[in-house]
Amino acid sequence: MTNTPTRRGGTALWLASGWLGLLGLLALGVGLLPLPAPDAPVGGPNLPPFASFPEILGTDGIGRSVLSRLIHGARISLTVSIGATLLAAVLGGLLGVLAAYLRGFAESVIGVVLDAILAFPPLLLLLALAAVVRPGVGTLVASLGLLFVPPFARLAKAAALARLNREYVVAAEALGAGHGRLLFRELMPGCVPPVASYAVVMAALMIMVEGALSFLGVGIPPPAPSWGAMIAAGKDFLAMSPQLVLVPCAAMFLTVLSFNTVGEHLRARVDPGAGDAR
Amino acid sequence: MTAGALAAPRVRLGRSARRAAHLLAVLLLVTLAAAALVDLMPGSPSAAILGPTATPEQLAAMDAEYGFDRPFPVRYLDWVGGLLTGDLGRSVQSGQPVLGTILERLPVTLEIALLAVGISLLVAVPLGVYSGARVGGPLDRVVTAGASALMSIPVFVAGVVLIYLLALTTGWFPVSGWAPLSAGLAENLRFAFLPAVALAVGETPTLLRLLRGDVVATLREDFVRTAATRGLPRRYILFRHVLRPSALPLVTMAAVVFGRLLAGSVVVESLFALPGLGGLALQSIPAKDIPVIQGLVVLVAITYVVVNMLVDLGYTVLDPRTRAR
Repeated sequence: MTNTPTRRGGTALWLASGWLGLLGLLALGVGLLPLPAPDAPVGGPNLPPFASFPEILGTDGIGRSVLSRLIHGARISLTVSIGATLLAAVLGGLLGVLAAYLRGFAESVIGVVLDAILAFPPLLLLLALAAVVRPGVGTLVASLGLLFVPPFARLAKAAALARLNREYVVAAEALGAGHGRLLFRELMPGCVPPVASYAVVMAALMIMVEGALSFLGVGIPPPAPSWGAMIAAGKDFLAMSPQLVLVPCAAMFLTVLSFNTVGEHLRARVDPGAGDAR
Repeated sequence: MTAGALAAPRVRLGRSARRAAHLLAVLLLVTLAAAALVDLMPGSPSAAILGPTATPEQLAAMDAEYGFDRPFPVRYLDWVGGLLTGDLGRSVQSGQPVLGTILERLPVTLEIALLAVGISLLVAVPLGVYSGARVGGPLDRVVTAGASALMSIPVFVAGVVLIYLLALTTGWFPVSGWAPLSAGLAENLRFAFLPAVALAVGETPTLLRLLRGDVVATLREDFVRTAATRGLPRRYILFRHVLRPSALPLVTMAAVVFGRLLAGSVVVESLFALPGLGGLALQSIPAKDIPVIQGLVVLVAITYVVVNMLVDLGYTVLDPRTRAR
């Protein structure tokens, strides 16, 4: 991108950060809010929005509070996506820097493993895993995290290669620094900003993938609320109560858009010359 | 080089031999992982497939037929041997050969993926060229913001909203289902259009951004200025001179997107109830139809690897500069 990155992101960035902050607070403090349980009916099915006071978003097909399910769903979406992104970023970052540092045989082995992971269609592999392993937050974080190691590793490797022959690294080596020091004190700190800003963009992708899995019914098992499952259940009532689908759709879109906006801004600041790494 | 001591001695191979070895290693890992899916299952696969009411005789019969009880190396070699001869075993559900079942479903997925790539290119090429031609202009700002917004729409959100707007509210398109080509092209396209658009929503920004960036860079080249001084019309320069060098990366990216859609159409196929590969995967999962799931995963993965290799090769053939790395 040749857009000159603005240091201050403008209104869009503030709105995006604000939405993510609000969502994070709601997800963390969901237990403190006076919300009905997300998996128990609170009234008749398919109540329209704004019909009664606490249920400003109405109720779903079996009378559960849409507002409560939306906020509880945010907690699950954020937990899975942030957990999986952290796992992928740490593992991928380490592997990438190692590949750049070791070169030779180790680099080839890491490359083959990463290419094999890349070759698997993510959604299909996750579906196949769901057929054999019971899905839950832990398995989802682990499988999503491992699947998305390669892009992080590639990014970290490029970042490490760019720093390998910098004066400070060569100087440290000349001073007799060991492998550990060279890797962890000299090379890695420089690779953290690009990896971290890419992680924010990847978190957006993780939310979409987690949503797709829940939508297909192989994500977090019901009755736990999740946005994808809410959309899947609501689509049967699309003609009479479209808000059952449109509200979680909007929540998901805003969240993904916010992660993308913040992530792209961070990436432009960290590495103004970087194109789209995907 | 900082870590010369740690690096193992490099085997000197030709570039193509190295690439072939790499490809073989990747394929080995891919097939190993697909075969190992069974071993991730808690308990015996036969028990999971047949359910708690199965008698020991039924379990033993299924173990004998599908070889679930044999050790991993034996099962793996047998399965890979079958894969090489085009025999992926039989579906647990239908008893039909897995390969035949997959090939039967392939055209539907192929069609919506191709349509989706076509729609993406149709939108991305003019918008990418014109927005790259005037960076920061009104069109560019709208297109850039629009691309970011489109990128943030998960495919099922796009699909559900499209169904709501174009099928339920206006009735222009059917809500779900499929008409094969034998029912007539118009009827077929009427069913294929919404799924293809839903897929295209997320992929258009990828192509658009790639092209826009390319156009911006190409416009700084000398030959563009020469063309402009010759008094050629701007539109002619943009589409004949500027678009041409971007054709290769664009086609490459379109191929990658196509590969991604082949496997990524599961959600759309579920939403629109299409009888494609994704629908097959979704049927096979609750039934624990392991041979079908393994076959799907490994075939898509192999397709992906081969497409990537062809794209790589295509690059070296078409653009000699990429030969020397």
